[in-house]
Amino acid sequence: MTMRLEADGLTGSAGRNRLFPARFSPWLRRSLAKLGWAALSLGLFAGIWEGFWAAGLINPLLLPPPHLFLQDIPGTLQYFDRSNRIGSVSTGGGILPLLITMAWTTTRVLVGLLLGFVAGVALGAVIHYLATLRKLLLPTILLLAPISPVAWLPVAIFVFGIGDKPAIFLVFITLFFAIVLSTGAQIESVPKNYIHVARIMGATRRQTFWKVVLPAILPSLFMTLRLNLFGAWMVVLIAETVGVGTGLGQITSMARSTFNAKLVFFTMGIIGLLGFLSDFALREIQRRMLWWVAPGQGGSR
Amino acid sequence: MTRAAVSVQNVSKRWTPEGRAPVLALDDLSFDVAPGEFVVLLGPSGCGKSSLLYMIAGLEEVSEGRLLCDGEAIVEPSAERGLIFQEASLFPWLTIADNVAFGLSIQHVLPERRREIAVETLRRVGLGDMLDKKPDELSGGMRQRAACARALAMRPKVLMMDEPFAALDVQTRARMQDFLLQIWRDSGASILLVTHSIDEAISLADRVVVFTARPGRVKTIVPIELPRPRQSRDPRYHAYRDQFADLLADEVDRAFAEQEVV
Repeated sequence: MTMRLEADGLTGSAGRNRLFPARFSPWLRRSLAKLGWAALSLGLFAGIWEGFWAAGLINPLLLPPPHLFLQDIPGTLQYFDRSNRIGSVSTGGGILPLLITMAWTTTRVLVGLLLGFVAGVALGAVIHYLATLRKLLLPTILLLAPISPVAWLPVAIFVFGIGDKPAIFLVFITLFFAIVLSTGAQIESVPKNYIHVARIMGATRRQTFWKVVLPAILPSLFMTLRLNLFGAWMVVLIAETVGVGTGLGQITSMARSTFNAKLVFFTMGIIGLLGFLSDFALREIQRRMLWWVAPGQGGSR
Repeated sequence: MTRAAVSVQNVSKRWTPEGRAPVLALDDLSFDVAPGEFVVLLGPSGCGKSSLLYMIAGLEEVSEGRLLCDGEAIVEPSAERGLIFQEASLFPWLTIADNVAFGLSIQHVLPERRREIAVETLRRVGLGDMLDKKPDELSGGMRQRAACARALAMRPKVLMMDEPFAALDVQTRARMQDFLLQIWRDSGASILLVTHSIDEAISLADRVVVFTARPGRVKTIVPIELPRPRQSRDPRYHAYRDQFADLLADEVDRAFAEQEVV
């Protein structure tokens, strides 16, 4: 938010036409300003790092500054593998294996989130409406919910073996319980008058759920989804390190065990970028599909 | 004599707060609303007059007595008995036109016909150019008019309003009262409006049902025999105002005394 305020300030009345030509649309000017600040922020971070290196305060083998780990990209890229098979000798070199590795990790995150969201809303709604089922299941859910997804990793491997499934399962678990619990709470807080309006209009319970309750709770559930996105990126890397044997997590793990600091930082950069892009994508989806809620605001009214 | 649009016959309502003795909210109410009549329910807050509306709407059940609409017992909600709340309660995820067409979509009216009815109804309430706006973009008064349109689109026989203008500022309120009278004449529906504002009651009603404080009983029913549009400078208007003020003062005193005891 402060970022946006500053960005606006840059193009606001005081700075109008000073930085960008007047023929640029306000949107373009705002975007350019935002981009400028982003570059400045990253530049500052990298600059300090480089400064420490230049001053000889850090060991370039352990904490190689950006110019070192970005210097030999073709060399770094050869560690990435085109296939999604465990133990296959890296077919690396070039940009394609990198993109394939990124795509596999991203797919695991997205599939896990999608399954977790849909299953979570479904179970949350069912136990909200069916009291007996709620009494039967809620204690167990409350017991399982606070368990860290990482603790599920052995279970996931026992059940699903090595492969994509344990990673997807871990992402699923990260989101699932949060959505189950949030769904019940959100249905509870749908304004009573919304339900009254539906009943007066003659809506059946099914119509009331799909046409009134679901749209009313969707913005908050989407907020829960976004809050758990970074958690999902964390667990997928752990799962890949241990239970998958491919993907960005596996690369990081391999880089650690081979003491390849350049590869570690390069992969970290990629992971950060993917996390940022997926958050951006979710924000865009929220803005377009849930247009009645101002961005950054989750509650239903 | 024509059949009453709404007939309230010896209706009582009891609440049972969790773990406590039942509380009598409404006690043996009886009155009729004629077709096309404008009836205002006036009483101190907490006298159960809103609860009566919810029961006529079919959203709550009576504890004793009978409620009839057009001669038939009220057992469930129906779009024939529209209800408007203090907050407009429009769905924020629908445009104004889709909000107005909501009831029609529930009843599987085809989309083109839905749109047609929504456009026509919104024009009637003076929101003809707000069709594709979001509820958030409208002022409080406009939102309340859209809520009226949502109820009117279903061609209700009875339109009930639970303090519909209480959340609006004084100027908007006066305008909305004129608007409501016009809608009332235009639609031919009976109107049952709950308020605690004496002026609102005198400006709008054919008859005013005055409630006692809890438990709510019908204290008296006062027909307002003033030609419309009603002028608040009219001495007869003042006489009504004094009459209602006296009627309510007793009740407010009683309600206040009870609160102190509790």
